[in-house]
Amino acid sequence: MRLLYFAWVKEKAGVAAEEIQPPEGVATVAELIVWLKARGPEFANAFARAEVIRAAIDRSHVRHDASIAGAREIAFFPPVTGG
Amino acid sequence: MIRVQQEDFDVGAEIARLRADRTDIGAIVTFLGTVRDQGGAVAEMTLEHYSGMTEDELSRIEEEAHARWPLQASLIVHRYGSLRPGDNIVLVATASEHRDAAFDAAKFLMDYLKTRAPFWKREDGPGGPRWIEADARDETSMTRWDKSSAAE
Repeated sequence: MRLLYFAWVKEKAGVAAEEIQPPEGVATVAELIVWLKARGPEFANAFARAEVIRAAIDRSHVRHDASIAGAREIAFFPPVTGG
Repeated sequence: MIRVQQEDFDVGAEIARLRADRTDIGAIVTFLGTVRDQGGAVAEMTLEHYSGMTEDELSRIEEEAHARWPLQASLIVHRYGSLRPGDNIVLVATASEHRDAAFDAAKFLMDYLKTRAPFWKREDGPGGPRWIEADARDETSMTRWDKSSAAE
């Protein structure tokens, strides 16, 4: 699946987009965040305050308990500040 | 109609296009959001967005407004990229037969856009770059449109 990062999540993680294949057992957005945090200090820092990070699956907002099964594109970003 | 673009827009021209060849419209409400310098603290504002989802989300918000109010036309134009104090950021326009629907729908569109549309603002000035934090009041403003409380 494709992961996208925006705003300060992108800056801290040091990457804007990547293709990943999470291991078996990573079933939800929350579990994916835990897995991402373990990849290195940049990701641990980007997701340090996991509770404030928002997520979207295939371009729709989702909660952290959402299933990632079948997701093609998952995005992580801070609370939005447009308008 | 929704548009996400880097270039500036002309409010007068947008309104003229919205009401072109129509004589059934009785009220048009517009909201224009602009970059403020906050007493010299902001020299530049950069708006990042999630291309694709932004358009999807704005379309969903607009559809929802049309489902709730008898709107004859509506428009959301939102810019991204590098902006300076005084620049236009966002235009929301709603048209209806009577003013109440146009006023309410314009406010609804802005409240939803503020909490749903995937845009992020970064300000740059003498103090260095800074990502704007979401304002909890925006979340509160949006709850006023919850179906349960907005049924009347």
